[in-house]
Amino acid sequence: MSLVQSANLVDNLFDRDSLELSGTRDGYGKGLVELGKRDERVVVLCADLTESTRSNYFRDEFPERFVQVGVAEQNLITVGAGLAAAGKVPYMASYAAFSPGRCWEQIRTTFGYNALHGVVAGAHAGVSVGPDGATHQAVEDIATMRTIAGCTVLVPSDTRGAFKATIATLDTPQLVYIRFGRDKYPSFTTDETPFEIGKAEVYYEGTDVTVVACGPLVYESLQAAKALEGEISVEVIDSSTIKPLDINTIATSARKTGAVVTAEEATVIGGLGGAVAEGLAREYPVPMEFVGMQDTYGESGTADEILTKYNMKSADVVEAIRKVLKRKS
Amino acid sequence: MDKITNVKELRLKATDVREDIVKMLHEAESGHSAGPLGMADIFTALYFNVANIQPDNPEWAERDRIVLSNGHICPVLYSCMARTGYFPVEELMTLRKLGSRLQGHPHRTALPGLENTSGPLGSGTSQAAGMALALKMDGTNQHVWCLTSDGEQQEGNTWEGVMFAAAKKLDNLTVIMDRNYIQIDGNTEDILPLEPLGDKYRQFNWHVIEVDGHNMEAIVDAMERSKNQHDRPTLILADVVPGKGVKYMENEYEWHGKPPKTEEELSQALADLAEVRKQIEADQMT
Repeated sequence: MSLVQSANLVDNLFDRDSLELSGTRDGYGKGLVELGKRDERVVVLCADLTESTRSNYFRDEFPERFVQVGVAEQNLITVGAGLAAAGKVPYMASYAAFSPGRCWEQIRTTFGYNALHGVVAGAHAGVSVGPDGATHQAVEDIATMRTIAGCTVLVPSDTRGAFKATIATLDTPQLVYIRFGRDKYPSFTTDETPFEIGKAEVYYEGTDVTVVACGPLVYESLQAAKALEGEISVEVIDSSTIKPLDINTIATSARKTGAVVTAEEATVIGGLGGAVAEGLAREYPVPMEFVGMQDTYGESGTADEILTKYNMKSADVVEAIRKVLKRKS
Repeated sequence: MDKITNVKELRLKATDVREDIVKMLHEAESGHSAGPLGMADIFTALYFNVANIQPDNPEWAERDRIVLSNGHICPVLYSCMARTGYFPVEELMTLRKLGSRLQGHPHRTALPGLENTSGPLGSGTSQAAGMALALKMDGTNQHVWCLTSDGEQQEGNTWEGVMFAAAKKLDNLTVIMDRNYIQIDGNTEDILPLEPLGDKYRQFNWHVIEVDGHNMEAIVDAMERSKNQHDRPTLILADVVPGKGVKYMENEYEWHGKPPKTEEELSQALADLAEVRKQIEADQMT
């Protein structure tokens, strides 16, 4: 049981309070600026949430390639599709509750089925958007986007992962959905941490149980593995690509451990948990537990209060591990 | 492609297109009749005269973009594409059949020359606006033509696009609306009133041209005038008779969403169109 050295995570990984805090949306904003420098075709659209989606970083560098559409998420996507059809590569940001929340059909028809390259960025996803309440807490977005044929779905786990994921979308010439949170999360990866679309990364090796996580739940899962050290040997996998899922890495781990817990800040119905269950049902079925929103809505509160109340902290991952191990044959 | 500049020839071509439409729909045994027949004159004017296109080179970078928003009237689009040379006319009879490039609603990647995939209503204006914006960013003079229906003015997405196109001063965009007053459930003004449509667009800072959708000379003139606007997109609000040319379909909303299924319906429709052709040929005024 040990940390995977090639993952190149930060040295002070388990000292939560000493870690730099940064939003995944900041990684998106910085990634956009880098993409703008690399490729003239890149255009950025936003629906009246320019600062909170960090689209302003790009707007300030490349104002002529920034398109404000106003409070109009259907237009965000369909204008983006027109730009893409005429040779641009559009990055379209709003809050995930609104896009893809409101404009799923436009995304499906004008990008997915229409086979155009564009990136839908869903910010403030999950419940950690906090005090705004359940209307603004998208927990369904992973599931709804995953069902669109040919759509790549990315959920980066910290700000550096978000930067790398954003950069990687330029060379993924199809519809991509990328999900960000509002809250600042511990930055626990480094510039040297591997990132590849379609590849899950094993960060922590173990033999008793596998935890497959995405987004901020990756760090919570690492903390859970640490807390159980000496008692239960936990393998932690960052599945930052939900689709196409890296089922080889996940099934290889499941064959070794014989039990799997998934952890995500989203509904367990059809999200990462659903994807892993579908994959393992084919490859190597094992007992599973699912950490995430259990077919319910969030509410107002601080991010920490809500994550605690709805059981998405490291202690909840620990509990899910204990539960699944009881069913392991 | 040689443009047809003679009005009489354009009208005869539109009659060819109408014949294609009824034959295709009869063969397919499903599909929409009234919309395509109503829009035959406008599509003919656009494809055979006004639009700057190269059907034998559909990816030509300098082409005008033609965006069909209400995909269900695609038989008229397919007929014009075939008869301008995008694909063989015989292929029209594959409409809606398994393996056909002529999907029941147009699918861009299935058929070279299509600029968009459509069917779900209300998103064409925005896509056309996005294309027009991209062409402006690239500093070209190409024009974007968007064909839309009156029914889809009930979609919120339409008005998001209408606001956006005016805000971005997209004078390289012309939207042509099939104002035929029918939708699936009945008359538009009974289902959810749209009037005053022209004034609505004017209030949204569009240039509006109202035209008789079956007066070929006026249609071509309106399209040409729309290209010379500055700082405003143009709406050509076309007064169209749904089912035009086939007497038993004209102005009957029941024919919005069904084909001429029986042999009698087909032969009556073709007889009506033969009469139309005879009248055009006899008409000395054009």
